[in-house]
Amino acid sequence: MMRDVLSIVDLHVSVDGKLILKGVNLEVRRGEIHALMGPNGSGKTTLGLAIMGHPRYQVTQGRIELDGVNLVELEPHERARMGVFIAFQRPVAISGVRLADFLRHAVSDVRNPQRKEGDELVSMREFRKELREKMDQLRMDPEFARRYVNEGFSGGEMKRAEILQMAMLRPRFAILDETDSGLDVDAVRLASQSIAEIGGHEMGLLIITHHERLLEHNPPDFTHVMLGGRIVETGGRELAEFLHSSGYEEIRRKYPEAAAEEASMLAERTR
Amino acid sequence: MNSTSSATSAVSDQGFTREQFEEHIASRKQPSWLLALRRRAMDACESLPLPNSQMEEWRRTPLRMLRLQGFAPLAPRPETVPQVPSVLEPLLSPGGRLLTLDGRKVAGSLSEKWVDRGVVFDCLEDSALGPQADLVRDSLFSILDWNYDRFAALHTAFWTGGAFCYIPRGVRVDEPLFLLSALGSGQADLGHLLVVLDEGAEATLVSETASVESGGTGLYCGGIELILKPGARLRFVNLQNWNDAVWHFAHQKAVLQQGAYLEWTLGALGGMLAKVNQHLILDGEQAEAVVNGVMFTENRRHLAYHTLQHHKKPFTRSDLLYKGALQDRSHLVWRGMIRVDEGAIKTDGYQRNDNLILSDRARTDCIPGLEILADDVRCTHGATAGRVDDEEIFYAQTRGLTKREAARMIVTGFFQQVFDRITIDSAREALAEVIGRKVREYR
Repeated sequence: MMRDVLSIVDLHVSVDGKLILKGVNLEVRRGEIHALMGPNGSGKTTLGLAIMGHPRYQVTQGRIELDGVNLVELEPHERARMGVFIAFQRPVAISGVRLADFLRHAVSDVRNPQRKEGDELVSMREFRKELREKMDQLRMDPEFARRYVNEGFSGGEMKRAEILQMAMLRPRFAILDETDSGLDVDAVRLASQSIAEIGGHEMGLLIITHHERLLEHNPPDFTHVMLGGRIVETGGRELAEFLHSSGYEEIRRKYPEAAAEEASMLAERTR
Repeated sequence: MNSTSSATSAVSDQGFTREQFEEHIASRKQPSWLLALRRRAMDACESLPLPNSQMEEWRRTPLRMLRLQGFAPLAPRPETVPQVPSVLEPLLSPGGRLLTLDGRKVAGSLSEKWVDRGVVFDCLEDSALGPQADLVRDSLFSILDWNYDRFAALHTAFWTGGAFCYIPRGVRVDEPLFLLSALGSGQADLGHLLVVLDEGAEATLVSETASVESGGTGLYCGGIELILKPGARLRFVNLQNWNDAVWHFAHQKAVLQQGAYLEWTLGALGGMLAKVNQHLILDGEQAEAVVNGVMFTENRRHLAYHTLQHHKKPFTRSDLLYKGALQDRSHLVWRGMIRVDEGAIKTDGYQRNDNLILSDRARTDCIPGLEILADDVRCTHGATAGRVDDEEIFYAQTRGLTKREAARMIVTGFFQQVFDRITIDSAREALAEVIGRKVREYR
């Protein structure tokens, strides 16, 4: 059994009966940074949500393995308790639930995977202390923890709240789904720096991004390009840089089959 | 839809007869004005039809199973004061306390310092004959529409005991007053609560209903009158927490004079069927009312609320938020109305009812309404009914929470928005605690 390796094998995923991922293979070791790039609609977010077990994302073939366990057979909360995390591109609001209360439950569950509902939560004192430290580190106002989860948050606040949760939950593997989208240049730089500061480099990171700046403090060991529901090419940091400057046209030319898939998926979507 | 005949004939017409009325009035001492009012109400009682499904207010609220003759207007006096379970009392340090059983006072106390300042918190029926007789005469049934329907008339003719709360001019009572209304199995409570705050007076009144036994039917057919003179400030909580076999018919009305302020929190956690008319009359400039409703329904409970925010004068404000969570086969009805009279300019009225449906078989009907006869007003309303959002559950699951843990957290959060508006700490905490317990039991 391979510990601390998240491995995705021949993953096929469909959403509402439509096949989106058509055989994805990817291996992320703890301590590695992977950039996942690709044009809109290529399946990047689908991969992230499938790893977490979103109920609308049906795995029709393949495996997602961690510590010899096939995550596909687990509930989302069990995956989280095994140390897998996602920072959402557009996190939903939970009205009336304060971020601090929400996080105290989350931390209690993730740090004690056997925890049953109603079992004790982590001590309030220690939790508060730790939360305060992490918020200081992320240059967040402590009052922020008293606000309702994602309710009325600006784009930047939402992304910082996601990074705060990641910092508190200390996952082994984290998927960052366009954590840079909707942010201005300074906010992206802050997010990029924060991910490094909270110990992101000890995790296995899968960074879905269009933005070079998010990678500034998190230089990828590997860059993967997704097209038409498959990873068509893998390279190093230079591939990310190349895609940023040149776009995806050359990739499409190089992989006409995947480009055709992309075109037909887009056509189906707009129909 | 039922036809008129089947609906009316199905409802028993036999309870609270003229004969019982004569016995009732013969059994008690009362001032002549009150006796005259009772007689008029009894006449009305005989001429008004029992509510049926043809009446707009009762279209969604079925009374087929109601057997009025099963309830005696006057229960035998109990030999001992029963232990009554209360959810609010453990958190309160009241300055005055009144316990009624089947509408009749069985225990009461008011701290010396408030007695000395002229505060009254006692049995209403006794007060009508006591030193406050004139005050009671001027206030009792002065705002409540005693012939609004059959239940209002029945209440007026047969009410007993009750509670009277009077705060003299300028007196600020900074301890809550607590009224606990208990109901024995098979008994009726026709109690009346009359609250008068004189000019500039302030008080917090917490009222709770409870069944002595966890099972066994009962009938509540009561009335509440809140009279706020200019500049008075009242925080009022009424929590209906009967067992789930009790019928509850309530007429509740508040009148706010100039600059008066009312925070009214209404909770409903029990009962088999409850029909409540909650009317707010903003009858003086700058009067302001905030209404909070918290409902949690289970089993086959039916709750129906008919709310009116009536702006009679300019520069008045009202803000109503009802929140309900529905389980099992329960049903929640809310019909709201904001009425703005001609000339009541600069009115600011708001009404909203949000419901969370927790079971496939639960039902809700929310019907907001506006009747605006003045220019230059701001009135808004809204109603929502929905389920716990799957995306919110998934989000919480990705943070390690189980599906149930997530759902409960979301339901608790749903109520938090109304709890945030309740300024009485004890009431807020008690309601949060009870709702929390219900949510924990939520399947």
